Amino acid sequence: MNAILWQAVQILLVVALAPLVTGYVRWVKARLQGRRGAAPWQPYRDLYRLLQKEAVIAHSASWIFRAAPYVTFASVWLAACIVPTFTTNMVLAPAADLIALVALLAVGRFWTALAGMDVGTSFGGLGASREMLIASLAEPAMLMITFSLSLVSGTTAPAKIVAFVLAGNVGIEVSLGLALAAMVMVAIAENGRIPIDNPATHLELTMVHEAMVLEYSGRHLAMVEAAAMVRLTLYIALIATLFAPWGIAQPGAGAIGALLGLAAFLAKTFVLGSVLALFETSIAKMRVFRYADFLGGALLLGLLATIFLYVSEAV
Amino acid sequence: MLIAGALMTLPLLAVFAILAGRRDFSHGVVYAGCFVASAALLAGGLQYLGGHSGAPSAVLPLGLPWIKAHFRIDNLTALFLLIINLSAAAASAFAVGYGGHLPQRRRVTPFYPIFLLAMNLVLLADDAFTFLVAWECMSLASWLMVVSDHKDAENRRAGTVYVIMAVFGTFCLLPCFGLLAGPGGDYTFDAMRLRELGSLGGFLVALLAILGTGSKAGLVPLHAWLPLAHPAAPSHVSALMSGVMTKVALYGMIRILLDLHGELSWHWGAALMLAGGVTAVLGVLYAVLQDDLKKLLAYSTVENIGVAIIGLGLAIAFKGDGQKELAALALVASLYHMANHSVFKTLLFLGSGAVIAATGHRSLGALGGLLNRMPWTGAAFLVGAAAIASLPPLNGFVSEWLILQSLFKGPSMPHWAMKFGVPVVGAFLALAAALAATCFVRAYGIAFLGRPRSDAAAEACDVSFGMRASMAALAVACVVMGVIPVTVTDALTHVVRPLTGIDLAVSADLGWPWLSPVSATRGAYSATILVMFGLSLFAVAIFVVHRLGTQATRRADPWDCGHPEDIPESQYTGPSFAQPLRRAFGHTIFQARESVTMPEPGDTAPAKHTVSMIDPIWQGLYVPLGKAVDWIADHVNKLQYLTVRGYLLMMFGTLVFMLLVVAVRQQL
Repeated sequence: MNAILWQAVQILLVVALAPLVTGYVRWVKARLQGRRGAAPWQPYRDLYRLLQKEAVIAHSASWIFRAAPYVTFASVWLAACIVPTFTTNMVLAPAADLIALVALLAVGRFWTALAGMDVGTSFGGLGASREMLIASLAEPAMLMITFSLSLVSGTTAPAKIVAFVLAGNVGIEVSLGLALAAMVMVAIAENGRIPIDNPATHLELTMVHEAMVLEYSGRHLAMVEAAAMVRLTLYIALIATLFAPWGIAQPGAGAIGALLGLAAFLAKTFVLGSVLALFETSIAKMRVFRYADFLGGALLLGLLATIFLYVSEAV
Repeated sequence: MLIAGALMTLPLLAVFAILAGRRDFSHGVVYAGCFVASAALLAGGLQYLGGHSGAPSAVLPLGLPWIKAHFRIDNLTALFLLIINLSAAAASAFAVGYGGHLPQRRRVTPFYPIFLLAMNLVLLADDAFTFLVAWECMSLASWLMVVSDHKDAENRRAGTVYVIMAVFGTFCLLPCFGLLAGPGGDYTFDAMRLRELGSLGGFLVALLAILGTGSKAGLVPLHAWLPLAHPAAPSHVSALMSGVMTKVALYGMIRILLDLHGELSWHWGAALMLAGGVTAVLGVLYAVLQDDLKKLLAYSTVENIGVAIIGLGLAIAFKGDGQKELAALALVASLYHMANHSVFKTLLFLGSGAVIAATGHRSLGALGGLLNRMPWTGAAFLVGAAAIASLPPLNGFVSEWLILQSLFKGPSMPHWAMKFGVPVVGAFLALAAALAATCFVRAYGIAFLGRPRSDAAAEACDVSFGMRASMAALAVACVVMGVIPVTVTDALTHVVRPLTGIDLAVSADLGWPWLSPVSATRGAYSATILVMFGLSLFAVAIFVVHRLGTQATRRADPWDCGHPEDIPESQYTGPSFAQPLRRAFGHTIFQARESVTMPEPGDTAPAKHTVSMIDPIWQGLYVPLGKAVDWIADHVNKLQYLTVRGYLLMMFGTLVFMLLVVAVRQQL
């Protein structure tokens, strides 16, 4: 019974929290850059404002253009509902493991890229082409991270990994360090953050994600933005859950445990959000053709993480 | 009975096609007949799948009088009957509206039923003689259809390469079966199963079987004919060659390696797995750079064969290592992928046929905006593209998930080669899957979305009802096989049981909709639950957005950052979409070089951007091989112009040599 309740809380939590996380990262970034910055809850206002505006659709657009924002948002939301944040006791958690999670995010990307090409503008194609290049390397890197985690813990289900780590079975391993580094690189790339992409730029030839969604307006744009916000929250939750699962409530922990888990999750989210803002402020954006080096590095780190397991075993 | 009747109908249809080929209605009749026969064979396969009461067999007095023709339907055969005839039925139904309008139709229709018949006979054959005769008929019938449009020089070249590679495949399979049969010369599969192969014999059988069936399936580097021949045939035949004939080849590989060959060591599994990984990555890298829609699909077949072979290799490695449960899991995953690929590749090739029928073009550069003009074809192609990109909840993802799950267990083998090899193959597989998504975003986005790039694309109309219905049926199959994976894997465990000797529980603890192989702690996947959950979230999102906000919508010109260009040429094209990938991967593998020719200031000549690439396998392997054959031929040619004395001397020399050999053998 609790599993259903916590699942419902999780479904609402990820959507309700996502704009705040994005707003918070923007606010910290602004402070670090010496600006006053908009309040952390500004994204809520932005989304509401976008919902009130009429949607403008190009003549050449097909139904894919109209469906894509909803499909993308729903798939990202679905993925976010399955990553344990404050408790592992959720009724739908076993429906998807990490592999399926990666694939769910790929669904959103597939539709966004198609929508980018739908109108038939040069910017849309440019964004889609670059986004797919990034995905072609980031997705395998993510699967290699899953591989190394599954070798350490014997499972690909995030809830089971959490249980395994919390039971004190894992010491400090080189592999986990490498996997964490790869995971952070993937998260940066998949969320279009600096140095891969800059979420704050428009009208620059360096942009990726923004170029794809350039034609969107009104409620469609609101959905696209909300999906990006939920995706950021999801990756932060994923890193926090897999590499720092302390505080997450296990089955049988009761309401107090869940509340503690929630507090721990919020604390972790805001720490990681601050780190992201600090990182973004201190680094410059990369040239487009350097992406392959950056993400190839993430892929190799993931591969090394699996191979190091045996090296450390043998030593 | 059903199966025998259907098989007997097919040659009659071929005869009818020859006799009545001049009349336009005859083509429709023949293809409709093929549809009925395939549907009957499908029903037959369904009837025998999962049968516990032994495999029905028959001996017919055909072929050589002292050998006779043996046929048998066990679970493996029944499964492949299903896989093959589902796609064959769809392709035949498609061809009712398509095959009669081809310019070269009279050179295609008679061979089509023969092709179907031969593929089914390969599956049913229970002795090497019948197997090889059917195998050769399959090659020849498909070759005849590849060269049906022989006025095009490229098709003639495709035909030549194809026939050479087909001969090479049979050239490997003949001694393979010879070794399996042994000196006794009993060519029935039953006798082969009982025979003990020595270590050298076992090695040669495995090697020859992999080369022989691998060349037909498209294993790199034996794939060279595939992207030439598959696109050269008419689309419904391409669909069968890519979606179905490659599965017949994999059937042959499974039959020989896992059934006839007694004990295969894990080394073969490791080698196959690595070959599969290389095939998958190279195949998809080629595919993502193609501009011809059908060539792209053919290269993507190479990729998918690689993925299936990774699973097969893993199964052999696990089996050789004694881990039966994991062997069964990997084999289920591999078979699942074969079934999936058959469905979505047939769908995509039929889709390309519909595009060609509607526009006359197959180059991506001449398409665009087809989704608005051809909504049915566009929707079906989208399902196929998403399935082949292995996106949940469609079928492609289930098999990829299963293969990854079994790969993740690979390092449990106590060999260092596997501990280090499996992660590398895992990275290959993951890379191939991600690149496949890129490849099909590109193919779909350029062909079906955006603005039309030619007049033909702007005026395209959707195809006839029958063609749309056959594509829709395959699209539904993609969804069904993806949403209820446990039902499919349950059926596959019947097939796998006799080959691995274990009953695999694919939904271990959690029950029906949960796919959680081996043990529930390994992680589970439930497409059924995800679909229901995802659809409700989708509905909630739409409801909330429309409730909170306005529903006002306006159509306008594209914004395009404030400077929209009216010319459709300003859109991204195939080569421009692939440019980042070409830079990232193509520079070393394909020696891709870009050069820009910029005219002098004041010169009105256009600037030019050219890309040069080479095919590393063609240039590195086949061209030298061809040169070597030419060189040998040139030198051996001298023997044709000897004098009478010279020939007599040669005969004398040969005689002396042979006598020496006999003498030496008698001494030993």
